[in-house]
Amino acid sequence: MKSLLKYLKGYKKESILAPLFKMLEASFELLVPLVMAAVIDKGIEGNNKSYIVSMCLVMILLGLIGFVCSITAQYFAAKAATGFARKLRYEMFSHIQKLSYSKLDTAGTATLITRMTSDVNQVQSGVNMFLRLFLRSPFIVIGAMVMAFYVDVKVAVVFAVAIPALSLVVFGIIFANIPLYKKVQNGLDKVLLITRENLNGIRVIRAFNREAEEIEDFDEKNIALTKIQLFAGRISALLNPITYVIINFALVILLYKGAVRVDTGYITQGDVIALISYMSQILIELVKLANLIVTLTKAAACASRIQGVMEIPEGMETEGERKEGAEKETGEEQDEQGRTTESSNIEETMENDEAVRFDHVGFTYEGAGGEVLTDMDFSVKKGETVGIIGGTGSGKSTLVQLIPRFYDANTGSVYVDGKEVREYEIEELRDKIGMVPQKAALFKGTIRDNILFGRKDATDEMIEEAIDVACAKEFIEAKEGGLSAKVEQGGRNLSGGQKQRLTIARALVRRPKILILDDSCSALDYATDAALRAGIKKLSYHPTVFIVSQRTASIQYADKIIVLDDGEIAGMGNHEELLKTCQVYQEIYDSQYKKEGR
Amino acid sequence: MRGKKTKTIRKVLHRIKKYWFYLGVSLILTMIAVAGTLYLPILTGKAVDHIVDKGLVDFEGLFAIFKNMLVFIAVTALAQWLMSLCNNRMTYCVVRDIRKDAFEKLEILPLKYVDDHPTGEIVSKVIADVDQFADGLLMGFTQLFSGVMTIVGTLGFMLSIHVGITLVVVVITPISLFVASFIAKKTFDMFKEQSITRGEQTALIDEMIGNQKVVQAFSKEEDVIERFEEINGRLEKCSLKATFFSSITNPATRFVNSLVYTGVGITGAFAVLKGFLTVGQLSSFLSYANQYTKPFNEISGVVTELQNALACAARIFELIEEKPQVPDKKDALVLGEVTGKVDLKDVSFSYVPGKKLIEHLNLSVKPGQRVAIVGPTGCGKTTVINLLMRFYDVDRGAIKVMDQDIRNITRKSLRSSYGMVLQDTWLKSGTILENIRMGKPDAAMEEVMEAAKASHAHSFIKRLPKGYDTVIGEDGGSLSQGQKQLLCIARVMLCLPPMLILDEATSSIDTRTELKIQNAFAKMMKGRTSFIVAHRLSTIKEADVILVMKDGNIIEQGNHGELLEKDGFYAKLYNSQFAV
Repeated sequence: MKSLLKYLKGYKKESILAPLFKMLEASFELLVPLVMAAVIDKGIEGNNKSYIVSMCLVMILLGLIGFVCSITAQYFAAKAATGFARKLRYEMFSHIQKLSYSKLDTAGTATLITRMTSDVNQVQSGVNMFLRLFLRSPFIVIGAMVMAFYVDVKVAVVFAVAIPALSLVVFGIIFANIPLYKKVQNGLDKVLLITRENLNGIRVIRAFNREAEEIEDFDEKNIALTKIQLFAGRISALLNPITYVIINFALVILLYKGAVRVDTGYITQGDVIALISYMSQILIELVKLANLIVTLTKAAACASRIQGVMEIPEGMETEGERKEGAEKETGEEQDEQGRTTESSNIEETMENDEAVRFDHVGFTYEGAGGEVLTDMDFSVKKGETVGIIGGTGSGKSTLVQLIPRFYDANTGSVYVDGKEVREYEIEELRDKIGMVPQKAALFKGTIRDNILFGRKDATDEMIEEAIDVACAKEFIEAKEGGLSAKVEQGGRNLSGGQKQRLTIARALVRRPKILILDDSCSALDYATDAALRAGIKKLSYHPTVFIVSQRTASIQYADKIIVLDDGEIAGMGNHEELLKTCQVYQEIYDSQYKKEGR
Repeated sequence: MRGKKTKTIRKVLHRIKKYWFYLGVSLILTMIAVAGTLYLPILTGKAVDHIVDKGLVDFEGLFAIFKNMLVFIAVTALAQWLMSLCNNRMTYCVVRDIRKDAFEKLEILPLKYVDDHPTGEIVSKVIADVDQFADGLLMGFTQLFSGVMTIVGTLGFMLSIHVGITLVVVVITPISLFVASFIAKKTFDMFKEQSITRGEQTALIDEMIGNQKVVQAFSKEEDVIERFEEINGRLEKCSLKATFFSSITNPATRFVNSLVYTGVGITGAFAVLKGFLTVGQLSSFLSYANQYTKPFNEISGVVTELQNALACAARIFELIEEKPQVPDKKDALVLGEVTGKVDLKDVSFSYVPGKKLIEHLNLSVKPGQRVAIVGPTGCGKTTVINLLMRFYDVDRGAIKVMDQDIRNITRKSLRSSYGMVLQDTWLKSGTILENIRMGKPDAAMEEVMEAAKASHAHSFIKRLPKGYDTVIGEDGGSLSQGQKQLLCIARVMLCLPPMLILDEATSSIDTRTELKIQNAFAKMMKGRTSFIVAHRLSTIKEADVILVMKDGNIIEQGNHGELLEKDGFYAKLYNSQFAV
């Protein structure tokens, strides 16, 4: 929780004023018993009716001032808490935006989402409560003690013993509870996971008649959750009775000591009543505190889960940290400027005609055993079409994901337009590239929104061209509203092939220099697949194209085919060459064509 | 609306009934605890009356009172403690039951329900709503009971001391209730706005973080953050409004309390002057005035919490009471030996009434035949599978396996006679071994390895850090799509059911491996009926029957040769393979 408090910084004024006004209110509240004691001792003993009335007016006045102070405090607390939550959400969201692919892989989406939503809400109400009450309660407790000392030092010693004992109990239980609530939250996570899994895998579960086992599994997790909830509850349940005993035991002692002091004439009966009032004020505050503890321990547990997200390192050096190194290579820097202001083809041809080069690249996934890619070494000319083919898990996708620097190579370097990818501003690098990922992910909105996702400022003409080449025109026009037709979250209302075509259009609308199709035509039938490739060939801006595929038909006309086998290059060349020289390629080709006896 | 609420309450009570013992004990203990708490100020008051002035302290009387006080303190504390324990147990057990029922319901809901509702929505019912309900229920138990009893008890005690002053308390206190409910009404809309905005933000988070990699691939981080921040700013504003205005309740009621306190003070003081009251009794009254108003404030808080809990409960019950799939008939048959004879007789089906999909489909499959379903993307191929597996029931006509209408067969025996591999690979979080054993939990290790070898999964499994005991995360975790598919195939290989359904089963596997798998499949399919949805014509060519689908209809039917001869849609599709 502590390390998150820095997000309160922008609300320094509010977070100081809120407790301050609360304390002001509390001070007025603390005066009331003294006034009442005066009523008893002076008013009643002295039979002074007008004194009683005026003192009561004073009490109402105190109440009124307290009311105003309290509302002011509530306002500042609410302002600080909601502002804090906003800042926290913003920071978290921005942080997640910066996480590298490998960090996202390990963190897991589901928990990132719950942490950003429900955990932040918990922390928000925790901060609100904290500012409002957590300082007020100790203040009243201590204030009551001070007042008690003011009334009579000898009797007040009881307070001095009771209050530390109480704090010990209260804080002991808080600290015992924090790890327990974390466990509760984790138990809840497990229940959530199995529920989600069952919904996503419902067909498989039913196909294998696994319903009973799943219920059993759920039951186990459910019972485990209940157990830990009960255990945490048992500890919280101690709080009330123990504080009650301490307070009232202190009360008895207080009465006895008070009696002795009254007997010897040091204090009056009214003083004893005031002391009792202070004791009961402490009790009331403690009950409030106890209820608060539940909220606060939950908030603290949630805060540490949030902290966990914030502590995930971004996983990639940003350009700023590397700037020094980059600036040394001034020549390339200038080259780069020429290119960013670009859009004319003349400049391009004047430059080095190499689009992408892999220089002895090796890559290992975080936490994985062995290398996924070993010694990738090749270069691709501008405008070339490169086919990448190979077995499952041979590293095809990984290879292309190194180009936009989704992952960093462990050894060797990847160059795009003659410059090491690590020396680019990430955005600048990715702007050159149109990526069509394996999983066709679309966003809620219209079809147009989804295509514009690729390029905000795309003209109608560009959109037209993109959907035309992506073979998406026909189905878009068939939709009610055409480009303005709604896409549901994740593209649920579209078929697999339609989704893929839209993701292809989304990449094409950027008019990228490098187009990467990462096995993204698997849901397209052969005719569409072929038409797509023909369309890309005709594009006026001649992108360098990487096609990852399982089908030889998709890559057979590529200028260069890279055959991967178990993370290594098994062959490279064009179709005819490979058929002659590369055994792996022959096998792949035969597996798809021989039987069909073309 | 009101009727619905009472119904929900009744259902909640019905569930608590199982734990009536704890409920009863808790009620009794609450009474004891409240009585003890309330009696203590009287004792204190009496004690104060023994402490009059210098030299006028009755120590003997005091000690007698102290003894009583200590006993009461002990009893009250004990009652409080046990009461909390009972409430905890009752709440968490009720909640556990509800969660269990909800989950069990998930397993028997018709697939249509699950397909039609976003996963997040159902999950939030089972998790978030249940959790909220638990909080509300626990708070209700602990605070509502004791609150009401405290009010009643205090009233009684106060009346026993002095009627006039009691009236002062009774008249002024309800003001705080009015204030509280007034504020609650005014802030309701603000809370609603807050929760709508919150929902909007959650949707955005869910969508963007769920597709984080795409966002980054297109360097859209800043745009996304901008959109996020816009909603975030609105959320802050309406959240501030809701939080602040609702938080006025507390100071307002506290102000009313101070009025009560003063009222008691002034009337009490005059009563003492007139000799109707002792100073000790006044002191008791003052603590009662505090105690009497407190539960009012708490109750108003509890009531909102309870209403919230009830709303959550209503949502959960909606799920629990959702109509389950048509249960198996009582006299449903268990399929004995299945040779693989499947007949579709005049089958019509549509997901949405009025939107025709499959119309009058006839097909008869002989044992051991291979049926390939082909067609352009999105033509409804998977619908046929939904019907075969009885994930959905046909609207008209019938599907027969071994001449039995599948609606007369137990689902279990129908489904276990199919082996299914879907395009959408799904793995359970757990070990590789558990996943392969899914269809046959008692399979021996050798069998599992046999199946894994047959599906060519063995070699990659062996390379994983812990081999077959490697734990994979949610949805397959770090495995590649192809590896996941191999595991799904191994899963089916292990069960060896008499019929197979392969939906794009090998789409993510390279053709070399696929070829090997298909050899294995071919061996396995010998004598087994299989339904294959595929794009690869090599697979399709060997099929005995090819169903060519377009827009949900079967437009051509026959074997490869026949269909080519026909020179129809299939021929066009086939020839396009080479038209680069």
